[in-house]
Amino acid sequence: MSNRLLNWFKFASPASFYPLAGRMVPWFWALAAVFGAAGLWISLFVAPPDAVQGNGYRIIFVHVPASWMSMFIYLVMAMWAGLGLVFNTRLSAMMAQALAPTGAMMAFLSLWTGAFWGKPMWGAWWVWDARLTSELILLFLYLGFITLQAAIDDPRRADKAGAILALVGVVNVPIIYFSVKWWNTLHQGASVSVNKAPAMAHTMLLGMLLMALCFWMYAAAVAFRRVRAIILEREAHTEWASRLDEVMS
Amino acid sequence: MGGYGLYVWSSFGMCALLFLIEPLAIRSRYTAILRTLRRQRMADQQEEAVQ
Repeated sequence: MSNRLLNWFKFASPASFYPLAGRMVPWFWALAAVFGAAGLWISLFVAPPDAVQGNGYRIIFVHVPASWMSMFIYLVMAMWAGLGLVFNTRLSAMMAQALAPTGAMMAFLSLWTGAFWGKPMWGAWWVWDARLTSELILLFLYLGFITLQAAIDDPRRADKAGAILALVGVVNVPIIYFSVKWWNTLHQGASVSVNKAPAMAHTMLLGMLLMALCFWMYAAAVAFRRVRAIILEREAHTEWASRLDEVMS
Repeated sequence: MGGYGLYVWSSFGMCALLFLIEPLAIRSRYTAILRTLRRQRMADQQEEAVQ
């Protein structure tokens, strides 16, 4: 193995990633706080009321970030699970494990905030609309991933089984995303896209983007904190774990 | 919130609640594994002392 290849996989070792993750967490918390403060300020005080929905539309400032994050985290989780399967690296599987609960939480928040938005605007807490249903399936995929891994005793077998589930479930994410285009849905279509001007007021868009960044930084902070706990749990038998400052003190 | 208060605050509120609970849950998981590692270390040290 050449030196360059060695450097590339250096942080694939749980022992070397553990302190790196620890150093990164405070930065993610700081960014989450800054984006959150700015985002909430705009969401609640700067963005004007909507012409049709009045102040009820402000749920968008948590609903869209949660929804985006639920999909994004799933893709990242599936990526790590896939890499773990291909390279047989334990840490990749640990990252997937660390992301799952946070992703599930985001999916739940997407459904919860969506329901509280739907009740006043559509008159219904829930409809079996394409997007809502596929987001619910996403939540079930997250929960399935978590419970499947919890049900298998051997951690490496659990990693592999979970990875297969995660990868198969990836097909659901584009379904959620394109559902409003492919089917006649109650859920509104895309107001924001990569190749068109946004169909919403600029302050509203800014608030939404800042809150999305806040949710993203929060998810990163929480996932890296969780992976540290997972690393210690799964590497408890090792020399380096028993020699950690936190353990010696 | 122009009559939409229940809905807006239930949404923001649930987010705030979970954003509070999740990190606390992780912290408690982390301290639990630290406790286990410390106990393990003490047990190993006692075993060495006996030998």
